[in-house]
Amino acid sequence: MVEITINGKKVQVEEGTTILEAAKANQVNIPTLCYHELLEPYGACRLCLVEVVKNGRRSLTTSCNYPVTAPIEVETDTEKVINSRKMVLELLLSRCNTSPKLNQLAAEYGLKKSPFELHYDDCILCGLCERVCREIVGANAITFAQRGTERVVIPPFGEEAEFCIGCGACVYVCPTNAIQIQEDGEEKIIDRWSRVLKLRTCSECGMEFAPDFQLRFIQKKYDLPEDFFDLCRDCRAMKK
Amino acid sequence: MKRIQSASELEAYRQECMASRDPQRTVITICAGTGCQAHGCSNVVAAMQQELDKQGLDQVEVKATGCHGFCERGPLVVIHPQGVFYNKVKVEDVPDIIARTVKEGEVIESLLYALPATKEQISLEKDVPFYKLQERIIFGSNGLIDPTSIDDYLAIGGYQALSKALTGMTTDAVLDEVKISGLRGRGGGGFPTGRKWESTRDVDSGVKYVICNADEGDPGAYMDRSLLEGNPHSVIEGMLLGAYAVGATEGYVYVRHEYPLAVANLTMALEAAREMGFLGQNILGSGFNFDIKISRGGGAFVCGESSALIASIEGQVGEPRAKHIHMAESGLWGKPTVLNNVETWANVPVIIDKGAELFRSIGTEGSPGTKIFSLVGKVNNTGLVEVPMGISLREIIFDIGGGIPGGRSFKAVQTGGPSGGCIPEEHLDLQVDFDELDKVGSMMGSGGMIVMDDRTCMVDVAKYFLNFLKGESCGKCTTCREGILRMYEILDKITRGEGELSDLDMLEKLASVVQEASMCGLGKTAPNPVLSTLRYFRDEYLAHINDKKCPAGVCKDLIHFEIDPDACTGCHKCARVCPVDAAHGKKKEPHEIDQEKCIKCGMCYDACKFDAVKII
Ligand SMILES: Cc1cc2nc3c(=O)[nH]c(=O)nc-3n(C[C@H](O)[C@H](O)[C@H](O)COP(=O)(O)O)c2cc1C
Ligand code: SF4
Ligand code: SF4
Ligand code: SF4
Ligand code: SF4
Ligand code: FES
Ligand code: FES
Repeated sequence: MVEITINGKKVQVEEGTTILEAAKANQVNIPTLCYHELLEPYGACRLCLVEVVKNGRRSLTTSCNYPVTAPIEVETDTEKVINSRKMVLELLLSRCNTSPKLNQLAAEYGLKKSPFELHYDDCILCGLCERVCREIVGANAITFAQRGTERVVIPPFGEEAEFCIGCGACVYVCPTNAIQIQEDGEEKIIDRWSRVLKLRTCSECGMEFAPDFQLRFIQKKYDLPEDFFDLCRDCRAMKK
Repeated sequence: MKRIQSASELEAYRQECMASRDPQRTVITICAGTGCQAHGCSNVVAAMQQELDKQGLDQVEVKATGCHGFCERGPLVVIHPQGVFYNKVKVEDVPDIIARTVKEGEVIESLLYALPATKEQISLEKDVPFYKLQERIIFGSNGLIDPTSIDDYLAIGGYQALSKALTGMTTDAVLDEVKISGLRGRGGGGFPTGRKWESTRDVDSGVKYVICNADEGDPGAYMDRSLLEGNPHSVIEGMLLGAYAVGATEGYVYVRHEYPLAVANLTMALEAAREMGFLGQNILGSGFNFDIKISRGGGAFVCGESSALIASIEGQVGEPRAKHIHMAESGLWGKPTVLNNVETWANVPVIIDKGAELFRSIGTEGSPGTKIFSLVGKVNNTGLVEVPMGISLREIIFDIGGGIPGGRSFKAVQTGGPSGGCIPEEHLDLQVDFDELDKVGSMMGSGGMIVMDDRTCMVDVAKYFLNFLKGESCGKCTTCREGILRMYEILDKITRGEGELSDLDMLEKLASVVQEASMCGLGKTAPNPVLSTLRYFRDEYLAHINDKKCPAGVCKDLIHFEIDPDACTGCHKCARVCPVDAAHGKKKEPHEIDQEKCIKCGMCYDACKFDAVKII
């Protein structure tokens, strides 16, 4: 255990815990955009900035990926922190002004309008979709490409995301609602990844129930019997 | 080649190498670095050898060496032992050089270097001002040895430091020597090398790595390339010493893809060192094992950043990662790792061989030793210069660099690569070292040094560098990706004459957030060009904003060209060069510029011999 102070209050934290987790555990709120507790910290949005004093030296740092290893002082709401977060939000808003999450944060920080001209892009490059797909789903269907302002998340080579199983995890984590998933009877479609997945028909009731590719992925991943997903969930329940 | 198994065998072999190199023998060294190759030096080397064969002068040796630093003047030929220095040598000059200089000891005036101001000709290399004020402890051997010959390196004392360390020094003694020397990293940050090594040594781990950073992404700098091309063994020897000190058994040289000659010479040097037993198992019979692999970089500027470089060697995307855990504990493949720049490594054998005290006697208290700078821009002599730390900017630019060409005046010098700062005339006497450059808002960085004359617009300069950085940011973090973009947009707006006073506040606000909140060094230093020009050339920003004028006459939207009828002789030159026929007039009568047609290319301005074209 390491003793650190957060906003002047002494707290004990397990070595290796991030500042963000330590703060949360002590009811100190730090805003985040690219963080998710199930995923590797990524440190890209720069919203979770805090000030850390270590060996007498004060610096601004992201809290989501800072592991506590020494007795440090953390301050989460200094003027510098607030002003920097505001600038981060303004920079992001001038890229994407349609994200409910981003707009809510802007409102919390009293921001009305970004001082910069809007260059609209619905994606803020938080990387949550890419990480959830790689780390949790294990499909590795999408990837970062290009540098600087050209940076994008796309399927490999910008073609159809052929490893995408249509699980929708990326849709769920995206803070800007940039990814949409649609079902039209026989197909599941994720436009953003140019992915069209055929649905499998239940051999009992004949209903289309889940993407065939996804069922094969799960069957292989968990080494299930070949015919495991021949039936839809309802029919399988009935059989039991 | 035979494998050398002990220090005494090495000494014996070194004596052989030295004995076969009679110091009185005529040796013609010809630079075969990348710069001189672009000037056709390969043909000069071939012609020289052919001519010698033809004339039966087999006692004369031709040596193709690495870069001498004065690339602009290439191909360079030096005739030893006298040290006669010829520049811009062509194949046609070769017979003359042999007939007159080699045989008769006569100097060929037309091939000599002439001082730009007085046209005075200089015969010997050591008297050329460009070289005279340099102190070339790292770079000097480049001009003396054939980089593909390990014997050449041994003959000038190569691997002496290694043998001294392995046979007479403990690993701690080597580390202490480097610590005492005060050597600081030449790759940009200036971090004390000994301290870096110490943290790695202190970690208990079976596997440790040393890495040489030869990514050199700064477009104007090429000292690392020239060292690897011209003296690869000095870098290898440095890495061996570092590995010995920290307990590493494997090393990597991360070298950019665009450096084929560096890779070729390094590969050859590694093979030779391995064959002779300087790399591999039980080096010099000491029980120390170490070997080096080459890893070729993708070429992005940001790949030179330490965490991105490691990701790239590991086969991942070359993108920076948060560095809350130090490389000394967890670097390449999670193992303790030392990363140093090419030039840093090349300093190590000198320190171990000559001793830390001697090294400390060069340079300043806080930055001992020398630094190689890449001197370019509006300066008469461009090239690579190695100078003791603490030398003034004025000496580098005016004495070594020969001042500003075309009778123009000095305005600023940008040091530290794309994200360095611009230093004005008032700081010309600044004694260049890590800390002094920092104090004036610039940095040592890669050692880039771009001289600017009075025809440079500082707002435009800031915009130029931000544009480069905008494209090189990896794009991962918001502040760097979006912040640089927005600073660039504001600068662009100001250069178009659409700036407002409030833009300056916004630039400062953005700069401070990008600097403090970005993840890696690229973002953290990217605002330097903006901050330094705002600090020293605020007037110029204000002229663009308040008066809608570009004082240097560069920003196209804020200037136009006019012809002064009193000065114009009607020579018609402007009309001939103007690509859109905007400059026009009857011969021998004052000419005019049609403002509607003029695209402000400035061709007429450059062409007019009578200074009749004015920038308004
Ligand atoms: C964007 C960026 C680019 C860099 N490029 C280089 C490079 O090309 N070569 C280099 O030696 N160091 C480069 N560095 C510095 C390295 O991260 C690292 O500090 C250095 O290699 C350490 O070696 P040193 O202590 O010998 O200087 C770069 C840093 C940043 C932030
Ligand atoms: S829907 Fe496709 S891209 Fe999204 S997380 Fe699932 S597999 Fe990955
Ligand atoms: S698509 Fe959504 S989740 Fe993916 S990087 Fe963009 S904003 Fe983040
Ligand atoms: S500071 Fe810039 S280059 Fe560095 S990680 Fe962030 S976005 Fe990438
Ligand atoms: S080049 Fe100069 S002198 Fe000649 S016509 Fe043009 S303005 Fe007149
Ligand atoms: S939440 Fe920490 S940088 Fe995004
Ligand atoms: S390449 Fe010949 S002097 Fe640099």
